[in-house]
Amino acid sequence: MKKKLTALALGAMLAAGPAMAELVVPSLSYRTGPYAANGIPFADGYADYFTLLNERDGGIGGEMIKIVECETGYNTEKGVECYEGTKGDSPMVYEPLSTGITYQLIPKVTADGIPMHTLGYGRTSAKNGAVFRNIFNYPANYWDGASVAIKHILDQEGGDLKGKKIALVYHNSAYGKEPIRTLEELAKKHGYELSLLPVDHPGQEQKSQWLQIRRERPDYVIMWGWGVMNQVAIQEAVNIRFPMDHFIGIWWSGSENDVLPAGDKADGYKALTFHNLGSDYPIYDDLKKYVVEGGKAAGAGDQLGTALYNRGMYAAMLAAEAIKTAQGLAGTSAITPAQMRDGMEALEITEEKMAGLGLPNFGPAFKVSCENHGGDGYAAVAQWDAKAGSWSLITDYMQSDQEVLAPLVEADSMAYAKENGITPGCN
Amino acid sequence: MFYREAGDFKTSYLQDGQTFPIRFDRYRYYAVLAFGFLVVPFIINDYWANAILLPFLIYAIAAVGLNILTGYCGQVSLGTGGFMAVGAYACYKLMTAFPEVSMFIHVILAGGVTALVGVLFGLPSLRIKGFYLAVATLAAQFFLVWLFNRVPWFYNYSASGQISAPERDVFGIILTGPNAPAWATYLFCLIFLTLAGLIARNLTRGTVGRSWMAIRDMDIAAEIIGVNPLKAKMTAFAVSSFFVGISGALFFSIYLGAVEVGEAFGIQKSFLVLFMVIIGGLGSIFGSFAGAAFLVVLPVVLKLLGVDLLGWPTDIVAHFQLVIVGALIIVFLVLEPHGIAQLWRVVKEKLRLWPFPH
Repeated sequence: MKKKLTALALGAMLAAGPAMAELVVPSLSYRTGPYAANGIPFADGYADYFTLLNERDGGIGGEMIKIVECETGYNTEKGVECYEGTKGDSPMVYEPLSTGITYQLIPKVTADGIPMHTLGYGRTSAKNGAVFRNIFNYPANYWDGASVAIKHILDQEGGDLKGKKIALVYHNSAYGKEPIRTLEELAKKHGYELSLLPVDHPGQEQKSQWLQIRRERPDYVIMWGWGVMNQVAIQEAVNIRFPMDHFIGIWWSGSENDVLPAGDKADGYKALTFHNLGSDYPIYDDLKKYVVEGGKAAGAGDQLGTALYNRGMYAAMLAAEAIKTAQGLAGTSAITPAQMRDGMEALEITEEKMAGLGLPNFGPAFKVSCENHGGDGYAAVAQWDAKAGSWSLITDYMQSDQEVLAPLVEADSMAYAKENGITPGCN
Repeated sequence: MFYREAGDFKTSYLQDGQTFPIRFDRYRYYAVLAFGFLVVPFIINDYWANAILLPFLIYAIAAVGLNILTGYCGQVSLGTGGFMAVGAYACYKLMTAFPEVSMFIHVILAGGVTALVGVLFGLPSLRIKGFYLAVATLAAQFFLVWLFNRVPWFYNYSASGQISAPERDVFGIILTGPNAPAWATYLFCLIFLTLAGLIARNLTRGTVGRSWMAIRDMDIAAEIIGVNPLKAKMTAFAVSSFFVGISGALFFSIYLGAVEVGEAFGIQKSFLVLFMVIIGGLGSIFGSFAGAAFLVVLPVVLKLLGVDLLGWPTDIVAHFQLVIVGALIIVFLVLEPHGIAQLWRVVKEKLRLWPFPH
């Protein structure tokens, strides 16, 4: 029986041979499983932006973009299968939207010479491009997020956190553990007391963690959650009447899907973000005209304007701009993954560029260089208004505490370089 | 026509007791081995290795291991994921502590460590049976995953709590890390699977295997006729965990390269391997292979057919995959409760008489 199946598989693979004269952008998405509620809007936004470029501009620099979607279910084994299945088509850039899959792929993409972009997730120390040549995590990373959250709390408390208690509720995985080191360093600097409350995958059971929060009464709760864990945590916080404006989620815990189940009680919940929210941008007119009305929207086409849709679109926008930069550098429109990598390293996002794309004031301006693959670490705090049913930014973009973070990034990336025998260098 | 003993005379006890007494079967077995060792390494590519063959080989080793415990000795275990994690973490600690030692030795030692842990968690099986033992092994599953998440020594104090395999080689051929060639990783796992199959097959035909089966069929009767239940159960746990540990070590070091214990070795892994054993056939080495192939290869094939050939949306294919695999499991178990191995036996019986069944 196995022979028959493998023969079938072989036939299928031959039939699906690589496409010519197109730039292939794989989208490792997850539309099923406990993280689907968050995976769907991101994947839709990512696909729709490229569809818009194809429909409106005829691709990028005359090259059509071909999105190859592959379902990972947020599972690393399927992620590997997706990567192996798509890496032969000279893919431009991988955006796996999973810290676990990112860790899996870092050595693989480096060996295969394909760039990977991890937008606000993945391995933080990939910011050091001298070690992680093919990995990019601009415009902000987890440690920036942790630092900005503490900054916001400092602002709330008048600049003094001595003796305050802050609890971190986190997804018990590589993703959730990322901010711990930063929060511990910052605790030394600002003198707050940190308690750690891990929540196991998938996060539907959090009674004991929130019981502990109820008993210890921390002044603030920071959350590193994803998927169904976010909804449950916000509901539990409502149940123990925790003040919602003292509850701050990372950007992955700040979508509409997370707060809507808790209804009016979720009003005032805060989440970080590194880009703007809502659908009040000129690009949405084009999206409606070329993508939605043409019936070409990805998925059900009902996610436009949500926080994660915007983030997926932002990721696609950054990838498209990098492709343009790479085409300019290479002098050809049919670029290779290696040229794409150079393009990403030379990427510069300015206010004018974003305004020209129909996204004025959408995110911070930043410039990528070999030494800095991670942008400048600007993030803002958004707050949920349950009556209006929308997020709104309540602060300006704040820069993370680079004084604390830079040595941490340096130490962690150098440890990786030593472990893997990489000589850091920029050429 | 096929599988006939006619004309195949056995003139010594050795010949009479061989694993494949029928000549056709024996040649088929040699042909499969030759194909696996001499042909596949030359035609394999990264996709075939990492998406289909490596997971199949590694899960087959785990299924052989669990089949010894559950299929031959009758001890239901839900701790397979936890024991695979022991193998993976033991392998990781050994790889990082002794970088110059060959991977063969690391993987075998990782199996040995897992065997010890398996015996430890197998001790309750002397007092409890059936469903209650399943619950006790379930405790092992949760405890081990918790332990590897909780104690930073196991993951060398890395910030993310993940373990990732550094580059290691055997006789100068890179086996782990991204630069490992597909044929080398494939052959490495194939060697372990072949050895596991040979050892398991011969153990189950000998004294040890008979004592396992005696315990499985009726432990009180077995004890009365002189089978030592302590020895039988503990050897079953040790051998089973040894194989499961090897598969965990390969799963981490060769196949994935970076692992997060809760995600890779959670309870769903225990169930997956248990389903492989049940669907493949309890108490059959071939069944372990068939079950692993069924549950590893089928989803990939369905995905290739649905997404690449028919161009359906990925989420619909992912849902259909669950439906089809689930339905096939039910169909298989209704048509043949003893698994694919029994189906194979029936087919063999039919082929023997074909084309003149009367």
